[in-house]
Amino acid sequence: MKLVYFAWVRERVGKTDEDVEVPEGIGTVADLVRWLKGRGEEYEYAFENEGIVRAAIDHVHVKPGASIAGAREIAFFPPMTGG
Amino acid sequence: MAHTIRIQAEPFDVAAETANLTAERADIGAIVAFTGLCRDEGGRLVALELEHYPGMAEAEIDRITEQAEKRWPLLGLTVIHRFGRISPGEEIVLVLAASAHRTAAFEAASFMMDYLKTQAPFWKREHLKDGTVGAWVEAKEADDRAMERWA
Repeated sequence: MKLVYFAWVRERVGKTDEDVEVPEGIGTVADLVRWLKGRGEEYEYAFENEGIVRAAIDHVHVKPGASIAGAREIAFFPPMTGG
Repeated sequence: MAHTIRIQAEPFDVAAETANLTAERADIGAIVAFTGLCRDEGGRLVALELEHYPGMAEAEIDRITEQAEKRWPLLGLTVIHRFGRISPGEEIVLVLAASAHRTAAFEAASFMMDYLKTQAPFWKREHLKDGTVGAWVEAKEADDRAMERWA
């Protein structure tokens, strides 16, 4: 699946997007974040405060408990500051 | 209901957008226009840079628009949100809400802005007068509370 990052989450991870093979047993957004944090200190830094970073699956906002089954694109980003 | 949603780098013209909304119509009795501008924060900023999530920005604003249409008897709705580098004094966002009577138009415009600020995937970063790139603007709790009042 494709992961995309925005604003300071993008800067901390050090990339705009990537394709990942998610291992079995990673069922939710929270599981995915936990798995990403194990991949390197840049992810550890980006997700150091898990309560802050927001997620969207296929362009729809989701909570950490949301299932990632069938997701094509998962986005991580800070709280929004548009308008 | 006719609605227009645009995400663009270019400036917009409020008068032209208003004219588009009312063209060849005689049923609209009220239009509330909200324009959000870039401030210089007391001379500290030379620009704001707006990053957005292409695809989701349009989809999310479309969903917010649908909610507004369900809540109020709207006759037209225009949302334009800019991205990229924006200088102080320039416009960032436009909401035009049209209805037969003013209350629906006022409330829908206010609702749209509260949701845009907290739900539309845009992020602002400051560019400072000394030439450096400043911090990402932090989300405000007051904006979350403003949105929650519509729940």
